[in-house]
Amino acid sequence: MGLPNASGDLSTEVEVDAFRRLFPLRFFEKHLLESIRPDARPLGRARDTTIALGAVASANGSALAKIGSTTMLAAIKMEVMTPSMETPDEGCIAIDFHMPPICSPIVRPGRPAEAAPVVAKQLSDTILSSGMINLKELSLVSGKAAWMAYLDIYCLDADGALFDAALLAAVAAFSHLEIPVVSLNDDGKIVLSEGQGLSDREPVNKEKRKVNLGSIPFSLTCILHKNHILADPTSEEESIMETFVTVVLDSSSQLVSLYKPGGPVLAYTSAIQDCIALTRQRVKELRKILEEAISGMEVD
Amino acid sequence: MEIDREDGRSQNQLRPLACSRNILHRAHGSASWSQGDTKVLAAVYGPKAGTKKNENPEKACIEVIWKPKTGQIGKLEKEYEMILKRTLQSICILTVNPNTTTSVMIQVVNDDGALLPSAINAACMALVDAGIPMRHLAVSICCCVARSGLVILDPTKLEEQKMKAFAYLVFPNSVHSVLPEGSPSVQGEPIENGIITSVTHGTMSVDDYFYCLERGRAASTKLSDFLRRNLQQQSTNSSKAG
Repeated sequence: MGLPNASGDLSTEVEVDAFRRLFPLRFFEKHLLESIRPDARPLGRARDTTIALGAVASANGSALAKIGSTTMLAAIKMEVMTPSMETPDEGCIAIDFHMPPICSPIVRPGRPAEAAPVVAKQLSDTILSSGMINLKELSLVSGKAAWMAYLDIYCLDADGALFDAALLAAVAAFSHLEIPVVSLNDDGKIVLSEGQGLSDREPVNKEKRKVNLGSIPFSLTCILHKNHILADPTSEEESIMETFVTVVLDSSSQLVSLYKPGGPVLAYTSAIQDCIALTRQRVKELRKILEEAISGMEVD
Repeated sequence: MEIDREDGRSQNQLRPLACSRNILHRAHGSASWSQGDTKVLAAVYGPKAGTKKNENPEKACIEVIWKPKTGQIGKLEKEYEMILKRTLQSICILTVNPNTTTSVMIQVVNDDGALLPSAINAACMALVDAGIPMRHLAVSICCCVARSGLVILDPTKLEEQKMKAFAYLVFPNSVHSVLPEGSPSVQGEPIENGIITSVTHGTMSVDDYFYCLERGRAASTKLSDFLRRNLQQQSTNSSKAG
């Protein structure tokens, strides 16, 4: 194999773009040696992150989160349901994650993306086990009626770190969620009491209210490559270096998930500690971004 | 501090392990793995010519098909398929048979906790049985964190549900080195301490996780001894038969 040497000679001659396409790994490693990434970020820094609350007017709670160009739209629709026999005084959250063909050239129309069910499962595991939402709070009448929260997350642009962006969008949508006012009608059924027409009936819950969020989970995905740790990878980086570690910490620094699905690089204790330290920093950043988004909404 | 387990095991005690290989006639390699009442069958077909779409044709491709005990496959099974695929990809030498696909079928016979670790162990043994080139074996273990911070190994399904959190960990098997300098190490840690796969459920403190790692590593040496003994035994048996 004369390739590595050939690329070494070529790197001084061919154009940068051509070199990037022909020898992507060499291209990245040359950057990593200088502790910089092709998009001018240091290795440990995440991309710019923005949150816009209330992006979907018809939903009870919604948010649009962007990490770099990865874009996620999350919306929550509340419906009244009969709680199951085992948990009569608890509501329910159903989480789904969609990757339409618009999000990436890899996803073809008609054929669902392989990553979508995996991210959906990870999201529901994380959100339910973090205890962010107290399911008892979603109860209306014990054993009779409770809220079912349908959380749907659409990936509009898949440019790496899908789980991080999806979780951020989900958390932001929950912080924007307002539970609508409902009342019991004469048949003992729960009806939405919109407007003043039904004011003669006693509402089950007095006013629109926010859900109390417990400890909020935030996540950071890192790529391990040789001795380097790259935070918040783009899809290009993900396709070239294939070892990911996703750490989810909640606001009280408890570990909600440490997810490393295989990959050619083994994670040693020191690498795991570094990833957790990077995540701690990122949690602070994300909390600030979320708080700013929420306070921005209150001013409006 | 002690913790009472329903089946009377101590906290570090695994359930009885059993593994047999070459149990299916049509498959190129097969293995059954059981830990207590959890039992998994794995079958390997391949390498077959060609890779699937979106896979790198310069490398061998591994596909995993997960068959649950009953019912249709859902998100959980899809996630298991993905984790298993990526774990097996990391232990196989993919450049030996480029542009081929190796299919690994996992059939759950009974689920009584630690299902994914059992499936990983079974798949690994089936790959050995099929003669797929591998760097090393993968040894998988489930650690449970109780509310008191104690860690118990190899939980049953009931224990998994009762406990605060659990972690599925996969390590490389311990290297049986003939060289005097012992097993190779990276950054001062032996290679079998590196994590191939880690999946956690439930919240725990960061220290709890590192404690899990420590206990898991200790147990994985026992498990890899078991794997090695099992492979040696059956290879001598088959050479006698041949």
